[in-house]
Parts: sequence; C-alpha cells; structure tokens
Amino acid sequence: MNALTLWFHKTGSPPTFYRLAGLLLPWCYGIALLLGAIGLYGGLVLAPSDYQQGDAYRIIFIHVPSAWMGLFAYFFMAANAFIALVWRIKLSEVLAMASAPAGAAFTFITLVTGSLWGKPMWGTWWTWDARLTSELVLLFLYLGVMGLYAAIEDRRQAARAAGFLALVGVVNLPIVHFSVNWWNTLHQGSTVRLLGPSHIDAAMLWPLLLMAIATHLWFFGTVLARTRTGLLELDGGKDWVRAIALGPEMSAVAAPAATERTHG
Amino acid sequence: MAEFLAMGGYAPYVWASYAVFFVVLALDALAPRAQRKRVLAELRGRLKRRQSRTEARR
Repeated sequence: MNALTLWFHKTGSPPTFYRLAGLLLPWCYGIALLLGAIGLYGGLVLAPSDYQQGDAYRIIFIHVPSAWMGLFAYFFMAANAFIALVWRIKLSEVLAMASAPAGAAFTFITLVTGSLWGKPMWGTWWTWDARLTSELVLLFLYLGVMGLYAAIEDRRQAARAAGFLALVGVVNLPIVHFSVNWWNTLHQGSTVRLLGPSHIDAAMLWPLLLMAIATHLWFFGTVLARTRTGLLELDGGKDWVRAIALGPEMSAVAAPAATERTHG
Repeated sequence: MAEFLAMGGYAPYVWASYAVFFVVLALDALAPRAQRKRVLAELRGRLKRRQSRTEARR
C-alpha cells in the first residue's frame, strides 16, 4: 500500500475519524457563528436597501446561501453514496446518510424563505414554476433518502439502498440549477456568477459570500456530529465504542470487563 | 433602531425568514446531540445487561 492509501485507510477508520471529527466540530460551529454574525451585520445593517425591492431583498442573505447548501449537500451526499456503493467504505455510508437531514434542513429553509420573499415581491406565496417545483422535488428526495434509510433494519443495507436512491436523484441537481435559464419563470436569474461579473453591488456581495462560507461550515459541523453518532451506532459492539459508552463515570463497571478481555 | 426593525415595511417577511433560518439550523445542530445521548444510553444498557448475565453465571 502506498502512503496515500495508507493515510486514507487510517483516517477512514471509525475510531480515528470519530476522534478527528470531535476535534474539528467546535471549530466548524465557532467559525460559522463568527462569520455568520459578521455577514448578517453586513447584510442587515451595512448594506444599502435595494432600489427595486427596498429592504425585502435582505432575505437574500439567508435564502441564497441556503439554496446553495441544499445543492451542495446533495452533491456531497451523492458523492459519498457513490464511494460507499463502489468501494463499500463504511465511513462514506455514514457520511452520506449524515448529510441528508442537514441538506433537507437547508432546502426547507430555502423553500420557506423563498415563499416569504415571493409574497411581497411577486404577490404570491407559491407558484408551480420550474425552479420552485424542482426545489420541492429536492426536498422530497432528501426525505425519501432519510425515510428509506430509517425503514430498513440492517444499517449497512439501509445505507446502500438509500445511497442508491440518492444517486438516482442527482438528475434533479442540474434541473434545479438551470431551471431559471431553461424556462420562463417568476424566479429571477442567478445574481452571483462564478464566471463573469455578478449582478450585485460589492456592499451586498461580501455579506452574501460570508454567509455562504458560514452555512458551509455549519453544514460540516452537523454532518460531523451526525457521523460521530452514526459510527457509534454502527460499531456498537466494538471496544472503542464500549470505552466511550462506559466513559469516565462508568469506568468502575467497565474495569472488570476490560481485564476479562485481556485474559481471554 | 425602530427603523431597522421596520425593514422598510417588510418586517414580517424579513424577520419571519430569519426566524425560520435560525430555528431550523439550531434544531439541525441539536438533533445529533440528542441522538448521541440516546445511542450511548442504549449501548450502556446493553452492556450492563450482558455483564449482569455473566456475573450470574459465575
């Protein structure tokens, strides 16, 4: 095995990843809160109001980052599901299933904030156009993956079945992304573009980008937290989990079991 | 401050959006903690039962 494969196997082993995730977690949450606070101050206080939408446009600072996260989380989930299906890596199964609830949360926020933004701007809470409908399908895909994972008793089989569903649902991602270009819709086109100039003033752009980074970090925080729990559940019978479950306050009970094992 | 809270007349829409954002993301972060506690408690119970069984056999 070369050094990279070795490193990969070591980091991917449940006890190592559990420890690593525990170290990264507080940083993810902490930096997310810090950047989020700065971003929201920039967006709600410093940025000027929009010449057309007044202050209602300020919903953009949570709506757009959440929408990006809904797509990113799906991509992350599908990539891990693919690795899990092809190489049967346990950690990837857990990571894929851990990203589903977080992605669903962001997609839900996108739909609700979009609705709250649509009412004053378009005059309607909801319309069955391409962007909104494909975003709703995205939420249902997340819920389908979570439901399927919960419905099957064997955890690894459940992860494989739900991962397969997640992969099939990837078809929806380009539909969500390009729907505003492919169809005529009430929803406005992309404001921020990776290629070419963005249609947004710098005073509004930097809070938006900070919020995007903050939501990414928050996503990784909750995914790592869920992955830790998922690994505990999956490796329930193993020594490293037993040591955590019996923890410091239970060490008196754990001690005889430990000596038994060394003798055996 | 009152002007800030009024959001140019769009206060209900803007603040409701932010409320949903914070509540859902807080739940998203709290759920794994609760689940972790549940998994560990379950595991502890299983280990205890097994141990009392081995002790009874001695």
